[in-house]
Amino acid sequence: MSDSSGPLTKAQTPDGQWLRCDGCGEILYRKTLESNFFVCTRCGHHFRIPPDRYIAILLDDGRLDELDPELASADPLRFPKYSDKLKSAREATGKTDGFSYGRATIGGTPVVFGIMDFRFIGGSMGSVVGDKVARAARLAREERRPLVLISTSGGARMYEGIYSLMQMAKTSAELGLLRQARVPFISVPVDPCTAGVMASYASLGDVIISEPGALLGFAGARVIEGTIGEKLPEGFQRAEFMLKHGQVDKVVPRRDLKEVLARLLALLWPGEENDGPRPA
Amino acid sequence: MPEGWLDFEEPLVEVINRIQELGAIGAKDEVARLRDQAARLKKKLYANLTPWQRVQLARHPRRPHALDYLERITTDFTELHGDRAFGDDPAIVAGPCLIEDHRFIVIGQEKGRDTRERVRRNFGSPHPEGYRKALRLARMAERFGLPVLTLVDTAGAYPGIGAEERGQAEAIARNLREFAVLETPVIVVVTGEGGSGGALAIAVGDRVLMQENAVYSVISPEGCASILWRDNARAPDAARALRMTAPDLLEFGVIDELVPEPAGGAHQDWDEAAALLKRAVLKAWRRLAKLPCGELVANRINRLRGIGAYQA
Repeated sequence: MSDSSGPLTKAQTPDGQWLRCDGCGEILYRKTLESNFFVCTRCGHHFRIPPDRYIAILLDDGRLDELDPELASADPLRFPKYSDKLKSAREATGKTDGFSYGRATIGGTPVVFGIMDFRFIGGSMGSVVGDKVARAARLAREERRPLVLISTSGGARMYEGIYSLMQMAKTSAELGLLRQARVPFISVPVDPCTAGVMASYASLGDVIISEPGALLGFAGARVIEGTIGEKLPEGFQRAEFMLKHGQVDKVVPRRDLKEVLARLLALLWPGEENDGPRPA
Repeated sequence: MPEGWLDFEEPLVEVINRIQELGAIGAKDEVARLRDQAARLKKKLYANLTPWQRVQLARHPRRPHALDYLERITTDFTELHGDRAFGDDPAIVAGPCLIEDHRFIVIGQEKGRDTRERVRRNFGSPHPEGYRKALRLARMAERFGLPVLTLVDTAGAYPGIGAEERGQAEAIARNLREFAVLETPVIVVVTGEGGSGGALAIAVGDRVLMQENAVYSVISPEGCASILWRDNARAPDAARALRMTAPDLLEFGVIDELVPEPAGGAHQDWDEAAALLKRAVLKAWRRLAKLPCGELVANRINRLRGIGAYQA
């Protein structure tokens, strides 16, 4: 990526002013796309966008008070190619790993907000991502702020072996405590979100919201096709498919995402002095 | 190779066949000599297993499965079925039983023995309804004050259309969350293949044990080799890189204890393997029985919090 805050697309023209839509092939002017939340004006295709864009779109004043930005992955298994992968991911993103979190407000409701960066080794969850997700959940519980997490990931980070698998348990365990504390968690898996991340914390939202066309699921399409020996139907594992099968609550266009989040937060979490029934 | 043996076991299989032949014609002295030879061979063959050989042992077609162990270590095992929502998954067997005079609810992944059984049990790869049955029974254990014993042996959660439609990811995720806060002791034994999230979904517990030749990994060596080198045939290299053997995981603090296997692996002597497993489970139970449930849960979660490698 030449511009780390631009959309994530394979077909970028050299000057970066014109972008080809992965959905319909239309050539789009960057400024137009930008003012349309990086959604194709012709077909509605949602471009993948990096964390900075989501922060600008979703958070009040575009502001995230980030915590633990310095946490960096080690290479505990001295795994083939891992140190090179880390190096180039750090260069591409300017971050130490693939997840940022901190305090923010959405439509006036104080939240703990966290977001993954798909450019960082495919948004994979290793020790740092896992620990920061867990820390975010813990902070949400301690400060009784709803937790909102945007996830986009190919799954666990193979290069950290069993350590990465255990992050699935770590993040889910911390969410178990958050749930017991009756603090809401809104999970927003966006394109693509699969495997170890979808099979752990990202599926554990009290509410799960995604974007149109997002690929969500457990196993990758190639793995499934290889196992069952047939082609998968059109639209399989897309957000609309997940909605139909009861796996997500809503599929919300990006331009409405903030409004929907803000409304849900206000409804589920009007503050500690609300007049509703109290749990015993 | 005769069916059910691995390439590197070939010298041993030759001796075993000779013993059978000579035994049939009553050549006692020669049989005794060959038995000694077989014992020495076993020691040599299995003393310095490569990670890939351990993977092969963990998947050994003759390796005992959950039901083989339950038959040997429990009494009164009463299998219960169904997730109360969609169906029953034969890839997971579960129910209450006694081990000595202790009540347990056991939950095990079962690969099946002959071809028909293997197909019926989907080769031990569960669907969401299997994980939901497991959780249903774990909750029952919590309600009625029974500890939980899980036996982990799966290549992975099943990747299929129905599994996706019914929420494979959610079923696994929910188990991770709920087992973490389950207010009853949970003992986990990885007995064969610990295949990624599909294994972990019944492997969050207070004492995590692993048989000597079991493996446990975030991805299969074949899958890893295919991603790293675009070459499945380099699975042996991937097995080494992944550090997926029981001694590796003990070193990382991911498991608590190795469960020894009979010389040459659990498949050589099921009764002995079961006896060793039972001893380890009861030892773990004696440790946990004394702790109040609140403390168990706190320790369980703290242990997970401690697993990770990073620079602050």
